Amino acid sequence: MAKRAAPEVNAGSMADIAFLLLIFFLVTTTIETDSGINRKLPPIEESQEDVIIKQKNIFTVLLNGKDQLLVEDNLMELKDLRKAAIEFLDNGGDGTCTFCKGKKDPSSSDNPDKAIISLKNERETSYKQYIAVQNELVAAYNVLRDIRAEALYGKPFTEMEKNLNDVNWPGNKEKLKEQLEKIKVEYPQKLSEVQ
Amino acid sequence: MGKFKKNQGGEMPAISTASLPDIVFMLLFFFMVATVMRQNTLMIENNLPFADQVEKLDKKDLVMYIYAGKPSANYTKYGKEARIQLNDKFADVKDIGAFIAAERASKREELIPFLTTALKVDKDANMGLIGDIKQELRKQNALKINYTVKKGSVFGRD
Repeated sequence: MAKRAAPEVNAGSMADIAFLLLIFFLVTTTIETDSGINRKLPPIEESQEDVIIKQKNIFTVLLNGKDQLLVEDNLMELKDLRKAAIEFLDNGGDGTCTFCKGKKDPSSSDNPDKAIISLKNERETSYKQYIAVQNELVAAYNVLRDIRAEALYGKPFTEMEKNLNDVNWPGNKEKLKEQLEKIKVEYPQKLSEVQ
Repeated sequence: MGKFKKNQGGEMPAISTASLPDIVFMLLFFFMVATVMRQNTLMIENNLPFADQVEKLDKKDLVMYIYAGKPSANYTKYGKEARIQLNDKFADVKDIGAFIAAERASKREELIPFLTTALKVDKDANMGLIGDIKQELRKQNALKINYTVKKGSVFGRD
């Protein structure tokens, strides 16, 4: 028998094999959710100092066991909560807040620094509703910070924050951090939870 | 000039599929790289709620995960009430202290202040359980928490 060159291996089924593997990985992949709402818990303090806060500076949000919202002693739908919180925070009743665009209603909060949102929930409240409320309250702060950042630096706050965490962002991070700090001081997130 | 002959008969030449494996391999490699194998086997239902004001958890190794939810179909013998899962087993609220201590011990000392606790809680769980978890975390001085959610609108879902 004459010596022949080794025959070429047929690679036609390679695609099938690759498809098989591809489908396996497609099915097993769970893109992990790694984002959420960051919160800081209050530390347990031994000394119980009573800080006197004026009633008008507190925005009470009550969430009952049937997932109903009671905001400042009025029943409210979830969709109205963001607007109500913005109105409360941006009120600027004592006139010290130069950038507030609120109604300057003397019976509502003095300035964003003093305004506190108090959230109380019951044991039967569902987690879903609680997160929705938290989300709306954080959104209220973000809306105000966005407006303020837009006025000061021409860019919304949330975008600036995104830039800060972006490794590929070319700008000056130190300066950006300073600007973010300034806005955070002007609209501090004072969200207290009643246990 | 008659040099360029028109393609007569209108018959299309067959498209070569020789590069198909390359494309498939490319996709395959993408999924192989993007796949994260789950760290914990979940024994609970973990249907996260939706929210849109989210921040990203950047440092994966500095996150402690606490899961909570109803035991899933295979584990109904543990009851129908929402429970806590730490690592691979069901736990009680009082086990959280030991869990946090163990997680802290496994990290370098200078990183301990940056540890975040991610609460992955089923949306149907009630706040009583979460209140207990939060209280326990406060006792352990693990104050940075993150409610892990899916990105999406909070409205119009049930």
